[in-house]
Amino acid sequence: MAFFFEVVLGGLLAGVLYSLVALGFVLIFKASGVFNFAQGAMVLFAALTLVRLTEWVPFWLAFPITCAVMIVLAFIIERIVLRPLVNQEGIILFMATLGIAFFLEGFGQTIWGSDIYTLNLGIPKDPAFIMEWLFDGGLLVDKLDLFAAAVAGALVVALALFFQKTRIGLALRAVADDHQAAQSIGVPLNYIWLVVWSAAGIVALVAGMVWGAKLGVQFSIALVALKALPVLILGGFTSVPGAIIGGLIIGMGEKISEVYLGPVFGGGIENWFAYMLALIFLLFRPQGLFGDRIIERV
Amino acid sequence: MQLTRLALGLAGAASVMAPLAFSAPAQAQNEQFVPALVYRTGAYAPNGIPFANGRKDYFALLNARDGGINGVKIVYEECETGYATDRGVECYERLKGKGPTGAAAFSPLSTGITFALTEKAPGDKIPLLTMGYGRADSVDGSVFQWNFPLTGSYWDAANILMQHIARQAGGADKLKGKRLALVYHDSPYGKEPIPVLEEASKRLGFRFDAMPVTHPGVEQKSTWLQIRQNRPDWVFLWGWGVMNSTSIKEAVAVNYPREKMFGVWWSGAEPDVLPAGDGAKGYYSLALHVAGSVAPVHKDMVTHVYDKGQGAGKKEEIGEVLYNRGLMDALFVSEAIRTAMGRFGNKPMTGEQVRWGFENLNLTAERIKQLGYEGLAQPIRVSCQDHAGVHSARVQQWDGKKWNFVSDVYRANQDLLRPMIKESAEKYAKEKNIKAGCVS
Repeated sequence: MAFFFEVVLGGLLAGVLYSLVALGFVLIFKASGVFNFAQGAMVLFAALTLVRLTEWVPFWLAFPITCAVMIVLAFIIERIVLRPLVNQEGIILFMATLGIAFFLEGFGQTIWGSDIYTLNLGIPKDPAFIMEWLFDGGLLVDKLDLFAAAVAGALVVALALFFQKTRIGLALRAVADDHQAAQSIGVPLNYIWLVVWSAAGIVALVAGMVWGAKLGVQFSIALVALKALPVLILGGFTSVPGAIIGGLIIGMGEKISEVYLGPVFGGGIENWFAYMLALIFLLFRPQGLFGDRIIERV
Repeated sequence: MQLTRLALGLAGAASVMAPLAFSAPAQAQNEQFVPALVYRTGAYAPNGIPFANGRKDYFALLNARDGGINGVKIVYEECETGYATDRGVECYERLKGKGPTGAAAFSPLSTGITFALTEKAPGDKIPLLTMGYGRADSVDGSVFQWNFPLTGSYWDAANILMQHIARQAGGADKLKGKRLALVYHDSPYGKEPIPVLEEASKRLGFRFDAMPVTHPGVEQKSTWLQIRQNRPDWVFLWGWGVMNSTSIKEAVAVNYPREKMFGVWWSGAEPDVLPAGDGAKGYYSLALHVAGSVAPVHKDMVTHVYDKGQGAGKKEEIGEVLYNRGLMDALFVSEAIRTAMGRFGNKPMTGEQVRWGFENLNLTAERIKQLGYEGLAQPIRVSCQDHAGVHSARVQQWDGKKWNFVSDVYRANQDLLRPMIKESAEKYAKEKNIKAGCVS
């Protein structure tokens, strides 16, 4: 029984890591209706920038510089890619983000290199055991995963406050509800896009830090975005809590499936099982668990 | 007046350029084209880069120090595969016909690409060098006439690791009732050792669990939770790229002793252990060669290539495990070309001639010393019956800073493996309608 709970716990904590990446997708989709395929590349670019900067300056300085780099990147993307595409179909904006993804992956590696760079956040790597009073030997927990869970929690609180308690947050919600209506009452769309892409860039940096500390900063963390997709399908593309809950369900589901169903299928099923789980949800709730139901007059 | 000047100028320029225009092809006629399928970007770049650098540097060294091979200059061109099989095949098609005699040989550095090119190489008459990787049954040169898995296959590696743990346990009979897990990259590469380990499991009576990890291997939590639950006596690691360091980190996270983990020779380089920090201490892997800048060829590399600003990487990276493996790969290609020249003359060789060179490659200890590879390469003799040439490796252990040999040289048990190779090669020959036999 203890093993089952360990698998569940491990899955939940892995799910939090997926949620960290999914949050960036949600931010941009919520405010602009654009599915930003470049979010994974932004995670890689941010983490690479941070880790290479720490070779020259201390971490406390490298972090704000990287935030600034991500804001500049958001500015460039808004000016060069998004602004000329205002009022275009969503699929066109999606294809543009596909181009941004390829560009950022190549550009990041060209500037910062393709090696593995170690990012040490000072988190202990030895395992921790909890609930020893209940289970013989306790349940094993990865301290880095616990740290990630705390970071994700803090990020959700910060984003909730940002959306609910600030004027920019109010404008973001207005744009999310209706672009044209928001524009008609004087909400500057371009400025909002800059803000939201900057916020997504900083969320990407936080996700990159956590994943970089776990795996080392290298190209593969861009692929972690693929793990966020089923989370988004499940949780809904427009819900911050949905990204978290979706991550937890996907993380737990894929670990349980790998451990208990994997041997039946020859193992290695967790990747496709996550998508299958998400697709089953889609059958019953196309907008995801917490996504907005789209009703259009025809 | 201006027209006359223009005409005179054009005529003058033409008279200067004409000899160059004619000499350029003449010069190209004495060039040997060597293609390179590399991955300097993507998920596997940290491992692909040092290998590509070592390989490129050695051909640069041959040109700079020796003026090429027997006076024939090497022309070297890389094509980026990203470790993707489709892009590897595309690169192969793009490069195979280049140079006056076409590509000398291909080294795919990917078992997936090797599987795809194995079908194409015989038609194009270009040899494939798959040093320490590729199809295990391609050791049989009578069926796989164009494949050269020099220094050994994954079946050799699996057999050698079994020998090592049997020795640690106090004898092969002591393995009965024990448990072995293979954590492998879910690809043709990772699946290669499974038949040998399954056979050993039946023969020696231990339990064997094969545990796949999907590309690129960044998420292994469930695999290692199962290992924590099952507590196998040993874990063999058949990973590549980020999968290796992630496995070691996950082993730390579930408290599985690194001293019970054994990687194949592609899971035993610096990028595999450094990201895990102190957690990697005690981890073992197979070694095809020594790690470190120890051979005269390393000194030559600094003098003739790096000090002239022509190195492919950083000077301090010379001697890293995968850099050395790139050097070895380039050595085998260049010596196959040289061997072929011994028979066909000192001119650019065709792929077919280089194939002959590979099949008749005989690097003795004395020759290795002459080439500056003393302490790095081991003697090797290739034949039609044995396209690997040598089937041995040592075990090395990471001490937190460097790799150290902890065993003597093991030789894979060919009495055990040969029948398996023969059976598999015959099956392949039947499937592909290949008439087995040695090419003279």
